[in-house]
Amino acid sequence: MKIVYTDALIIGGGLAGQRTAIGIKRRGLEPLILSLVPAKRSHSVAAQGGMQASLGNCVKGEGDNEDVHFEDTVRGSDWGCDQIVARMFAHMAPKAAREMAAWGVAWNRVRRGDHEVVINGQRVTLTERDAAHGLITARDFGGTKKWRTCYTSDGTGHAMLYTVSDRVIAESIPVRERVEALALIHDGGRCQGAVVRDLVTGELTAYLARATVIATGGYGRIWGVSTNALINEGMGAALVLETGVARLGNMEAVQFHPTAIVPAGILVTEGCRGDGGLLKDADGYRFMPDYEPEKKELASRDVVSRRMAEHMRKGKGVASPYGDHLWLDITVLGAAHIDKNLREVKDICQYFLGIDPAKDYIPVRPTQHYSMGGVRTNFQGQSPWLQGLFSCGEAACWDMHGFNRLGGNSVAETVVAGMLVGEYVADFCQSAEGDFSFSTALARACLDREQAELSAIAAGRGSEDAVAIRRRMEAVMTDSVGLFRNGPALETAVAELSDLLARSRRLGMRGHGLDANPELVQAYRLPRMLKVALTVALGALKRTESRGAHFREDFPARNDRDWLNRTLACWREGDALPTLDYEPLDVMFMELPPGFRGYGVKNIIDHPHTAQRQADVDEMRAAELDRHAVQSHLMSFKQYLPERYRGRNERLDEPLPIPPAP
Amino acid sequence: MSRTLTFTVFRHNPRNPADAPHTRTYHLDETPGMTLFIALTRLRDEQDPGLNFDFVCRAGVCGSCAMVINGRPGLACRTLTANLPAEISLFPLPGFELIGDLSVNTGKWMRAMSERLRAWLHVNAEADVNLMEAPMEPETAEAVYELDRCIECGCCVAGCGTARMRPDFVGAVGMNKIARFRLDPRDVRSDADFYEVVGDDSGIFGCMSLLGCQDVCPKQLPLQTQIAYLRRSMVRQGVW
Repeated sequence: MKIVYTDALIIGGGLAGQRTAIGIKRRGLEPLILSLVPAKRSHSVAAQGGMQASLGNCVKGEGDNEDVHFEDTVRGSDWGCDQIVARMFAHMAPKAAREMAAWGVAWNRVRRGDHEVVINGQRVTLTERDAAHGLITARDFGGTKKWRTCYTSDGTGHAMLYTVSDRVIAESIPVRERVEALALIHDGGRCQGAVVRDLVTGELTAYLARATVIATGGYGRIWGVSTNALINEGMGAALVLETGVARLGNMEAVQFHPTAIVPAGILVTEGCRGDGGLLKDADGYRFMPDYEPEKKELASRDVVSRRMAEHMRKGKGVASPYGDHLWLDITVLGAAHIDKNLREVKDICQYFLGIDPAKDYIPVRPTQHYSMGGVRTNFQGQSPWLQGLFSCGEAACWDMHGFNRLGGNSVAETVVAGMLVGEYVADFCQSAEGDFSFSTALARACLDREQAELSAIAAGRGSEDAVAIRRRMEAVMTDSVGLFRNGPALETAVAELSDLLARSRRLGMRGHGLDANPELVQAYRLPRMLKVALTVALGALKRTESRGAHFREDFPARNDRDWLNRTLACWREGDALPTLDYEPLDVMFMELPPGFRGYGVKNIIDHPHTAQRQADVDEMRAAELDRHAVQSHLMSFKQYLPERYRGRNERLDEPLPIPPAP
Repeated sequence: MSRTLTFTVFRHNPRNPADAPHTRTYHLDETPGMTLFIALTRLRDEQDPGLNFDFVCRAGVCGSCAMVINGRPGLACRTLTANLPAEISLFPLPGFELIGDLSVNTGKWMRAMSERLRAWLHVNAEADVNLMEAPMEPETAEAVYELDRCIECGCCVAGCGTARMRPDFVGAVGMNKIARFRLDPRDVRSDADFYEVVGDDSGIFGCMSLLGCQDVCPKQLPLQTQIAYLRRSMVRQGVW
């Protein structure tokens, strides 16, 4: 048996995983990254529009700070997030953006003086301050009070991923490319690493590590049409489910992005609307102001997507051979702006649609985009049920997005989580818990089991067809576990997915190879994907309320009284379905008590403690203390941060109180 | 009028000594808006479940799917079959280790190139992340990003005459990286430092100026101009 020992095994080579590895390496430990693909090809590369960080440099960002970013994030989550984590995130985001600048990201910068922008369909002149010249600028994004989204044209994820990958290379961190973790090695209480398959040779290796970090991204590919890369099949979530002890959180919380092109499902950035683009219907009519008069096209993503679907249900969609769609109109921005700030969008339109977005409308439709749910961890990114198992980025539910993520908060989360979880993993490795003796017998048993299973799958001569099962799973998820959900459809979905899971174990294989063989890969991933799909569907069925992106037509109210909680899912060995339980969110500890997001008609069943907590908060705010003091009284969080990251963020309008030591 | 497409696809498993490199022919009915991603996925799903190829983003941004399409390197995911004749030949990108069929190991090549050229931002001391970031001229940031848009797909290496003759040639991808960091005011390296890594025949002086790299670059990077400027600077560095 081939065994590799390392301090920290990072499963996933995207932004979150690589940034985590850098933090661990800088603490004097040896991290090792596993990646399905060359690390620079990870899905982080597809983030287009930008990263939220409250730098407050540009004129429309003036007055921005952590408080505003925190409140936008909590409102965006429909109060489903962990407010401590959202606070830590808002505090860290400016540091992360500045670290990216220091490492090489060529953020777009503020240019002093007048410039013209499009706001609400009108051309407006903004005047930037002299003092801000050359600092990182920001654009508008949905659901935010300030222009806070830092960007490099519309290739932000690319610029960030290349910068972080280059640092990984500079710091000599090994990346094993084209490998896949098949199982976590654990004894029911302690995670000890993973059994890993080489996707080229088919060889299995046991990687033994003090800490194992799941940073595998989302599970969008269980839907038929998704903006996600093809590798986002939820294998990280499946690895955790198959431990039988560690749990996933809020798997039913899934975001549908308003503007993916039809039919390819490729994303065009929210930056299109942030920069002034409009949504129009079959008549060329701008419909969003009728539904959301205040935020219009820049309401939160869950809201815009639902409004678009609602409008299409009224017969206002544009008919096409691929189903109805709506139009995204960025012609109003002009060719010069598109050539400079929306160049990927222009490329996508040109290559996949054969249109010029400076002249033509873009056909768009809400499409699966982001997984708010994932591996449930505490604020340190560690699983409470399996010591030594960590997770970060989109793969994790630590949980800063609750039931809806704001645009620009995902790439921001990847690097922030990497900065924090890297420190916590290092702390863990250097603590008594991290110091521990591995069981090679356990590793061998785990490896032998995986090898036997692969051989059995490869020899499979059953009657079932993997492609047909997969397409059916995708259709069930799209039809019944999509933007609008209801009890009877979800019941049927759970039943059918269960049937597909049983059938997926009786596949007929046409080839034999155990090495680079895509048929084998599909065959062993399929039951895992179905387990993830079932966890999503069952969570959606049981959550009889509407919150953020989870919308139940039969339970349209947000029900804080009964459902202000987080879904936890565990799949016990031998069970046909996951076991769900719920973790309450405590209103009395919230800095921002549950309220109305301001979209549509208020439809909330209040939690019994909300009024009391709101009164406490109002009283504290009336005291007119410094904002940091108020914050600290309401919900103290800095003690949870690694010491090196506790400092305040300097801004043009907020110089640091004490000059830093020379 | 819908066409029937004929695909001639390179097939070979280099780990199987019994498997000689060969091509296999497939037929597929063309559908509206069909890309080579859609076509190859259908071929695998419907006709040949063992066919190896690489797609990740399928949106033209990750650089995974470069292959030789009717004799020309390009990104398969964003190539519409409507823009090709009914006879389509697909071969793996030359210049890289073959994994199988249309899949090659660009990742390994690119990491080795980055390590050799030290292709990352070099600074003397890292900034304190609590403090305001150092300002940069907006035009400079835009110019750096322009060169930073490379997706390491390998098309430029596959289209390069020198790379055919010299396996150690860093290719346009490598020289563009040097140009990118050289342009970046945050990078502390001088031309003398850059000369150390590209000032020979495996670097800037190996380029024969055939400029196939620029012809096939899917991101339309200004490789010709960058190579020319870099060569002039490196000559100056080498002479003085």
